[in-house]
Amino acid sequence: MFENLSERLERSLKLLKGEGKITEINVAETLKEVRRALLDADVNFKTAKTFTETVKEKALGQNVLSALKPGQMMVKLVHDELAELMGRTNVDINLKGSPAVILMAGLQGSGKTTMSGKLAKLLKSKRGKNPLLAACDVYRPAAIDQLKVLGEQINVPVFADLESKDPVKIALAALKQAKLNGHDVLIVDTAGRLAIDEQMMKEITNIKDALNPSEILFVVDSMTGQDAVNTAKEFNDRLNFDGVVLTKLDGDTRGGAALSIRSVVNKPIKFVGTGEKLDALDVFHPERMADRILGMGDIVSLVERAQEQYDVEEARKLQKKIAKNQFNFNDFISQIQQIKKMGNLKDLASMIPGVGKALKNIDIDDDAFKSIEAIIYSMTPLERENPELINGTRRKRIADGSGTTIQDVNQLLKQFTETKKMMKMMSGGKNMARMMSNMKMPN
Amino acid sequence: MGIFSFFTKEKKQQLDKGLEKTKESVLKKITRSVVGKTTVDDDVLDDLEEILISSDVGVDTTLKIIKRIESRVKDEKYFGANELNSILKEEIAALLSENEQSTFSGEFNTNEKPYVIMVVGVNGVGKTTTIGKLAHLFKSEGKTVVLGAADTFRAAAVDQLSIWADRVGVSIIKQEMGADPASVAFDTVTSAKSSNADVVIIDTAGRLHNKVNLMNELTKIKRVMQKVIPNAPHEILLVLDGSTGQNAFEQAKQFTLATEVNALAMTKLDGTAKGGVVIGISDQFKIPVKYIGVGEGIEDLQIFNKKEYVNSLFGS
Ligand SMILES: Nc1nc2c(ncn2[C@@H]2O[C@H](COP(=O)(O)OP(=O)(O)O)[C@@H](O)[C@H]2O)c(=O)[nH]1
Ligand SMILES: [Mg+2]
Repeated sequence: MFENLSERLERSLKLLKGEGKITEINVAETLKEVRRALLDADVNFKTAKTFTETVKEKALGQNVLSALKPGQMMVKLVHDELAELMGRTNVDINLKGSPAVILMAGLQGSGKTTMSGKLAKLLKSKRGKNPLLAACDVYRPAAIDQLKVLGEQINVPVFADLESKDPVKIALAALKQAKLNGHDVLIVDTAGRLAIDEQMMKEITNIKDALNPSEILFVVDSMTGQDAVNTAKEFNDRLNFDGVVLTKLDGDTRGGAALSIRSVVNKPIKFVGTGEKLDALDVFHPERMADRILGMGDIVSLVERAQEQYDVEEARKLQKKIAKNQFNFNDFISQIQQIKKMGNLKDLASMIPGVGKALKNIDIDDDAFKSIEAIIYSMTPLERENPELINGTRRKRIADGSGTTIQDVNQLLKQFTETKKMMKMMSGGKNMARMMSNMKMPN
Repeated sequence: MGIFSFFTKEKKQQLDKGLEKTKESVLKKITRSVVGKTTVDDDVLDDLEEILISSDVGVDTTLKIIKRIESRVKDEKYFGANELNSILKEEIAALLSENEQSTFSGEFNTNEKPYVIMVVGVNGVGKTTTIGKLAHLFKSEGKTVVLGAADTFRAAAVDQLSIWADRVGVSIIKQEMGADPASVAFDTVTSAKSSNADVVIIDTAGRLHNKVNLMNELTKIKRVMQKVIPNAPHEILLVLDGSTGQNAFEQAKQFTLATEVNALAMTKLDGTAKGGVVIGISDQFKIPVKYIGVGEGIEDLQIFNKKEYVNSLFGS
């Protein structure tokens, strides 16, 4: 039913293309589409209004200078304004204090407990910290157990007091324990609460007053709708939090709430959660997010993730092979392994400009490569190195061995030949998107 | 101002009076500028748009509602303030699928026993809590209930459901964390059948709807239960978080594709969010909203009533 924000903007901006200049009249339709796109992305009603007005003013203002390509100019304007709204640079968390206290706050089900675990893991493994987790959600059944299980998984101790029903007391005892055992960070998980729940809001204010945290994080589900603004504002009025954490960004939400929250409370978004696993945590990059929203693709993240996994030496060897037209099935399968190591395929592919859209309604199963792998593993080493050897009888044997059909094998061989051709042609591998979209998976 | 505040306890009653006032005046403004006219002027429609969009109704559904109002204003010519008011509400209510039940177990019109409910949804929407409350309500209607802890994935999810089972006083079938959810579901229906229980409610792990493998797992759970009860699950309840925006559409779409969702529950309506996205969802997928969650307590579940819901959108 909904196109995503970038598609919308793309379409609306097309309306401007071919027009010589931006005028009040021709910009109106585009702005309407921009606004609509923002609303579909859950940007707050008022934020969207202000946003489009600002963009309009800027567009009309620039008209005086030169507007040879209004479409491009609008893309830039909208993009810049989006990035501006979300804050230009990434702001780190404050870890001053011994221990530094991080207080997590937010609505029910926003993902505070999981995020507490992720943060602890990040601080421990990437920043050399020695964190303690404090379980202060005394209300939700098994919330304390949940944090304990997470603590075990990442080898971080959890302070809990199953007897106490007083979160302030527990928090203070945790602080004492942290000092005693020389922890340099204390992460305090709290119960979810509604902003209008006076008693519960008072409780978290009391926790804040007792601990004097160096960092208060407001944890919000990136799928939140129009109410994000009210909730963020209320929590901020009460706690004057330091930063926002966006969770569940591995879904397909367009995350307009990020925009509205940032513009309403003017606090930086510091982290994003991108999965259920405890290392699925990223720092927030406003520019990238704006790019992503606009369909320019989150190419920087993709490159970074690829780099983490990619063996440079291997890549160089491969390059040579491709140039010499020696690319074979062994290389093919090791490429597949590389890609698989990088994470969920659809996530990855959606970061490539233009591909996200093409894949929107296509499922890329994590097992998409399964039958390809099965086929390749059913080849003899000789066949893998010399694919041209694979004749009719060999194909039948391979199909039988891999539990696929001869058609599947044929299709893979054909794709392999095409890929090989294409790789040689591109010889730099620049147009990855095209390569991927030409590659069909047997199923 | 929580839209369901009129249902709930006093702690929620000292709410934002200011907001209520603006809402009232918007409605007044709408009526004032339309009385005696045959068209609705743009200002009014703008106000209406703001109310609906700010309630997460979404652009498409809002436009649909506005179109319906415009055409009725054209056809029926004369309008009084009250007429407009009720027309507005009628048109919105018309989009919501009818929820036929009036009691919680009223819909058990099947000869098969037990009646099996499988509860699905994305992470953190309130599946487990809703199950706890539902179990309580069925029990209070004299039914025997068995819960199945098929969320074996999220840390301590089994413990959470166990605590609910204790609290309500119903039995629960569980295995260790990490166990195969389909196997837990199988055990649950098998046990419920042999003990001649009335209702089975299966909890499942939260899953983002764009993760294909996890969505496929639901099919497997279903298939396995059918070995014991051919028509199980009789009800697949998709739980939506009332504070979710337009992504709820995507959730409804993907979950209905993956499995035969035939009932919706909307949670967290005790907050300030209005859950308006459910109007468009119910309209497009023709699935009724059956239950709403209005708090974390055992009693905080209600049968959805569309009239009351639509009233609440306009703060009256
Ligand atoms: N205020 C409020 N909170 C709710 C409601 N339903 C569930 N919750 C809370 O939302 C959080 C997530 O609920 P849970 O049942 O664990 O979600 P699940 O992951 O879908 O099983 C918990 O803190 C619940 O107490 C509701 O109707 N109102
Ligand atoms: Mg659960």
